[in-house]
Amino acid sequence: MKNERHQTGGPEARGETGYLAFADGTVFKGRCFGALRGAANPVTGEAVFNTSMYGYQEILTDPSYAGQVMCFTYPHIGNVGCNEDDVESSRVYTEGLVVRAAHKTPSNFRATTSLQAYLARNNIMGLEGIDTRVIVSHLRDNGAQMSVMAGGDGVKVDDLVDRAKSLGSMEGKDYVKHVACKETYTWDLLPWSLNHGNARKLSQEQLVSRPHVVAVDCGVKTNILRLLVDVGFRVSVVPAGTSSADIMALRPDGVFLSNGPGDPATLGYVVKPAKELLGKVPMFGICLGHQILGQAFGGSTYKLKFGHRGGNHPVRDETTGKVEITVQNHGFAVRKEGLSSKVRVSHINLNDNTVEGLESKELKAFSVQYHPEASPGPHDSRYLFKRFFDLVVGAGS
Amino acid sequence: MPKRADIKSILLIGSGPIVIGQACEFDYSGTQAIKALKQEGYRVILVNSNPATIMTDPEFADRTYIEPITADFVEEIIKIERPDAVLPTMGGQTALNTALELEERGVFEKYGCKLIGANVEAIKTAEDRDLFRKAMDEIGLESARSVLATSIKDAEEAAKKLGYPLVLRPSRTLGGTGGGIVRSPDELHRKVGIALSASPNHEVLIEESLLGWKEIELEVMRDLKDNVVIVCGIENFDPMGVHTGDSITVAPIQTLTDKEYQLLRDAAIKVMRRIGVDTGGSNVQFALNPTNGRIIVIEMNPRVSRSSALASKATGFPIAKIAAKLAVGYTLDEISNDITKETPACFEPSIDYVVVKIPRFNFEKFPAADTTLGTQMKSVGEVLSFGRTFQEALQKAISSMEMETYGFDRAKLTKDLGKQELLEASGVPGPHRLWYVGEALRAKFSVRDLFQTTAIDPWFLGQIEELIQTEEQLKGRKLATLSKDELFELKSLGFTDRRLAQLVGAKEAEVRDYRKNVGVTSSFKSVDTCAAEFVAHTPYLYSSYDQGSDAPPTSKKKIIILGAGPNRIGQGIEFDYCCVHAAMALKQDGFETIMVNCNPETVSTDYDTSDRLYFEPLTVESVMSIVEREKPVGVIVQFGGQTPLRISNELAALGVPIIGTSVDSIDVAEDRERFSALIKKLGLRQPQYATARSAEQALEAARYVGFPLMIRPSFVLGGRAMRVIYNEEEVKAYMQEGVEVSHDRPVLLDRFLDAAIEVDVDAVSDGSEVLIAGVMEHIEPAGIHSGDSSCCLPPQTLSPAIVNELKRQAKILAKELNVVGLMNIQFAVTQSGEIYILEVNPRASRTVPFVSKATGIPWAKVASRLMAGKKLRELGVREVEPAGYVSVKASVFPFSKFPGVDTILGPEMKSTGEVMGIHANFAGAFAKSQFASNIHLPSTGKVFLSIRDRDKEPVPLIAKRLSAQGFGVVATKGTAQYLKEHGISVEVVNKVRDGSPHIVDMLGAGEISMVINTPEGWQPVMDSKSIRIVSNELRIPTYTTIAAGKAVSEALQMVKDRSFQTVRALQDYLNPAQESIKVKAAMVYGAIVYSAVISGAIL
Repeated sequence: MKNERHQTGGPEARGETGYLAFADGTVFKGRCFGALRGAANPVTGEAVFNTSMYGYQEILTDPSYAGQVMCFTYPHIGNVGCNEDDVESSRVYTEGLVVRAAHKTPSNFRATTSLQAYLARNNIMGLEGIDTRVIVSHLRDNGAQMSVMAGGDGVKVDDLVDRAKSLGSMEGKDYVKHVACKETYTWDLLPWSLNHGNARKLSQEQLVSRPHVVAVDCGVKTNILRLLVDVGFRVSVVPAGTSSADIMALRPDGVFLSNGPGDPATLGYVVKPAKELLGKVPMFGICLGHQILGQAFGGSTYKLKFGHRGGNHPVRDETTGKVEITVQNHGFAVRKEGLSSKVRVSHINLNDNTVEGLESKELKAFSVQYHPEASPGPHDSRYLFKRFFDLVVGAGS
Repeated sequence: MPKRADIKSILLIGSGPIVIGQACEFDYSGTQAIKALKQEGYRVILVNSNPATIMTDPEFADRTYIEPITADFVEEIIKIERPDAVLPTMGGQTALNTALELEERGVFEKYGCKLIGANVEAIKTAEDRDLFRKAMDEIGLESARSVLATSIKDAEEAAKKLGYPLVLRPSRTLGGTGGGIVRSPDELHRKVGIALSASPNHEVLIEESLLGWKEIELEVMRDLKDNVVIVCGIENFDPMGVHTGDSITVAPIQTLTDKEYQLLRDAAIKVMRRIGVDTGGSNVQFALNPTNGRIIVIEMNPRVSRSSALASKATGFPIAKIAAKLAVGYTLDEISNDITKETPACFEPSIDYVVVKIPRFNFEKFPAADTTLGTQMKSVGEVLSFGRTFQEALQKAISSMEMETYGFDRAKLTKDLGKQELLEASGVPGPHRLWYVGEALRAKFSVRDLFQTTAIDPWFLGQIEELIQTEEQLKGRKLATLSKDELFELKSLGFTDRRLAQLVGAKEAEVRDYRKNVGVTSSFKSVDTCAAEFVAHTPYLYSSYDQGSDAPPTSKKKIIILGAGPNRIGQGIEFDYCCVHAAMALKQDGFETIMVNCNPETVSTDYDTSDRLYFEPLTVESVMSIVEREKPVGVIVQFGGQTPLRISNELAALGVPIIGTSVDSIDVAEDRERFSALIKKLGLRQPQYATARSAEQALEAARYVGFPLMIRPSFVLGGRAMRVIYNEEEVKAYMQEGVEVSHDRPVLLDRFLDAAIEVDVDAVSDGSEVLIAGVMEHIEPAGIHSGDSSCCLPPQTLSPAIVNELKRQAKILAKELNVVGLMNIQFAVTQSGEIYILEVNPRASRTVPFVSKATGIPWAKVASRLMAGKKLRELGVREVEPAGYVSVKASVFPFSKFPGVDTILGPEMKSTGEVMGIHANFAGAFAKSQFASNIHLPSTGKVFLSIRDRDKEPVPLIAKRLSAQGFGVVATKGTAQYLKEHGISVEVVNKVRDGSPHIVDMLGAGEISMVINTPEGWQPVMDSKSIRIVSNELRIPTYTTIAAGKAVSEALQMVKDRSFQTVRALQDYLNPAQESIKVKAAMVYGAIVYSAVISGAIL
């Protein structure tokens, strides 16, 4: 799927009537904000909801949301505007958003612009004035829906529904190829702090003697890279699909598999090199990276009814018995069945008992389905970066 | 982790009477905790002196001690019951302080019981400001710079170091008692002394001021495995400088990014770990600099709190229940979420609505009190409201307040303020600041201007500005020109029908009819902890104007119970108690029970008290929406105090099926003319009275009625603006003081019966049979508001013949009024034995819980079953005459929060709560009631007497008693002279106007340990005011009626020899003492408790 929107740059919406249509024929009416996307250039994607009450800007810029229309359950979005720091990539990846009430006048000491202006600049349309709770209940009861969203004159609801039907399903769609980087690059920035913002970085001299991690970018959130640096690594980022030989040529001490959008089952070209690297170098995967590692471990993935997206999911670390409140963003999950005997399930989601983490001591690899880098969300799981560091350092000695 | 097996029995310490800073949220928390612990099979022992609580119902705990919550009494209980563990985190500061004292005395060690829920070290670190600050330093969190002072000299040095303004925070006090903001050395001198004496350990923290910073609270839970969750983040609308209990608060936090929020979350978790709260809930408060995000930790409470009750109601996450389970060893992942059933309690609620809390103040009761809000809490209650947006929630909260304001109208504004005055008024935090802010925005001040004056976050101001702009755009519009879409939009902004009616020049009913005609009706949404991610199984609902509704109504037979709204003086927890009982009893009778209320502190708004809960304002608009949706077979209005009554006529006219005593009968009792006709018809007597519709008429009426008389405006709650008047001059003055008088709102005059004994009688009736629930003799004479009087059951001085006559009169009144349910009658019995009827309330009164505890019969349950159609005979209830013990109810006053106000009692109600003392004799019960009210009766020292002539007769007896007990007696000239004539010589002291050294000097010097002072008429009252003000500030027990003086002189003997310090469980009082009624009482309780066990409703 191509993202035409970056070439076009549409007009700014001013409260025009707009519609969100589901493939099952359900239609919601609201008012457009951000960029106006008309009948000729509608927003398309899988409708999903996120229950986080904070952090909409990080969510909007998370590449894992490529191909998805985001419905925020929290009714007020835009209160704190947008700023230069609270981003997880260089642009907005969410296809469109749906909210109960969007705020034009932000109030926060770090805000530099309003949500409306930010979206317009990114050519993203939002719909407000919609009962988002109805959408959530619908998706919860009926499962994920492909959707189309458009506003302004000339929008025909039936056309939107037909278009939504034609979108098929998220299953079988590879979005990684659209969002992954094209070239290898290095990363030297540290995490955000109140006093320094995003600006803190390390010099070459500071980095050179550190263990080297190669991160395979399937749509990586920058906070992951920042935390890898923070925990003590030197970080290089390579495009998804980079061969195991090319990765090994960078002489990594560890390999990281990143988060990303779409159906993990379509990513044979990322799974294959991962499988080849297993046992050769310590590995750590997050979210899509976990699903890739799961497949490398011989397992398979399946689509969840409506997915996990929010910042309040309880996950139990089966090693320590402790529960962490995790950030989640996934529509697919790894099956317990079929995994190599060298692997054990290390983390469990307490809401629905799905697999949240895998670990192979023997292969020196582990992964989690959730987002220990948070951003947005609770910081409970940051220990996993340290765990990876210890694994790498231990392996090197 | 499984629950602890080393513990079999647990003592839970309650919080005692309702006072400012500690209200019924602790009944809510404690009741949840008891239910949870019983469910786990523990033997639960409870101590709480507040009879109006649900937790002290004898069927909740295994052993219930209605005793003073002091270390002495609790030690006695521990001695008898030998609990394995003590849970001190459910009873507010009272329970924590008591636990600390017990620990210091070595009581826990001596009797081998352990503290659970919080350890002593954690409590100390959290409570002791210096230790707390050190702990925060250790974990790298900032505190406000501060200095601990134990003397005025310390304070002066601190001020030099920190600069003004400063904040005073006395250690270990409730709701910031004695604290405040200090802006000058002068003020420092005045306030430090008060602050030091307010602190039990004479410590006050002097702190840099964070005025104008944002204030944020996080509710945290932690278990033994160190799992930690944040239940809710709460943002204060009012910035730092206003006590959080007095602030408008909003959940979730609206103006922080995730990055800033996570800094707070990380900090809160660190605090929890460092302080060492191993299990349970705590609340951490932060200040945040709005210009740079700098975070300062203000304090943490290692226990459940008002905020945790609010967070529970706001999210659906039952903090107290879960804290109780964690205290006995469970971990969060082992406890399931009641609402979703399938997911665990180990998570952080996500909410998809906005919650607004607005505090309720009662300054009109204390004209001398400073209404500026500061670090000491002054509000007496609160409302909570839900909306899909802040604007909707805010306007719903306003209409929940029952303050005759239904939005940003001008009801609460001083009239004719200039533009600049409006801005200034907005800048002063006070009870009505919200409306001033709205009005200033209407006067075209910008959000920026208001931010500069108020430091309220511009986001909130912007939201209010939008509402005001919407109102301005509506000006000149007619109702019929509003389109459906426009009306829907207005309703979803939270505009009430009443406010819209004002804006478009229509009547509320017209707006409602038009709205329904065009098809704009509210939808109902669930409070489900999870933003609809999982299916909710508990119908906990709020209304909103939005597209979809949750939890469709069932087809069961339903009864709606209208709750009592926010606590305020005159209407407290007693009414919530009755509503909860109605829900329990009717559930047992097979009805689906539906509660409507908006008070977050209550048990009635716990999601499992009723089958369905609507957290809504108690206005005609909201109630009608619910009635139209649910179609109940009955609606109960007689349990929620004035709140449902004020709308009952309108509801009845709209066809709402009100059950129990008819609205018309209620009207007979409220309407002077109709009531008078009834009294005549029955051959009963009432004091001479008259009605006046102007100042001239008032004088005329006064001559007709005769002096002394009681004067008051019509339609009042809790005797507001009532006064006893002795001559015509006072009538004139009263009428000039701005009492609103008009044809519709006349002034009422009643002959005041001098020195009469007042008696409360509670009765129930099924429409044909009437039972007397209890006869309560007041200790204070008629003329003191019945809500402020102490009373005893059974009566102590009334003859059986009089008691029987009172009962007879009560019964014929109940029959004549066709009472179905509860009725309360206030009688006055003169010294010659004549009986007058002062008031009849054919509904639940505030004495119902006390009578129920004293007699062992749940009268509110009985009454609600009668209302739903049962007969007394079917229920097998009989009248009870408690024997072998005396129960005393005493009222508790908020005077310590209002320095400078007169503590004299009168016809205007001033108390916030009540306690009960039970003992084998009256003196012991009275003494207990005083200690339970936090009045520590002295056992040595001097007692000061200044008694008006009318009261002098019992003075020699009192003085003799005092002398016999070793007290010195000090009196003013007149009183001393009188005593001398009776052969008693006492120390004479000057009245204040006679010059120094006078009585106030003696008080100030700490030479007086108790005061009995009964002035008459305005001048003496004013003269002696300084005595009461000073003794209030110094916490010297003070009695302002001779009857109370007599009672206390009797009680002091028992204090001296400690013979009142015996404790006995309520269950023991009720059972052996009532062999004759045991069976009948058991029939009532048995039926209810047994079936409740089956359904799990009570356990």
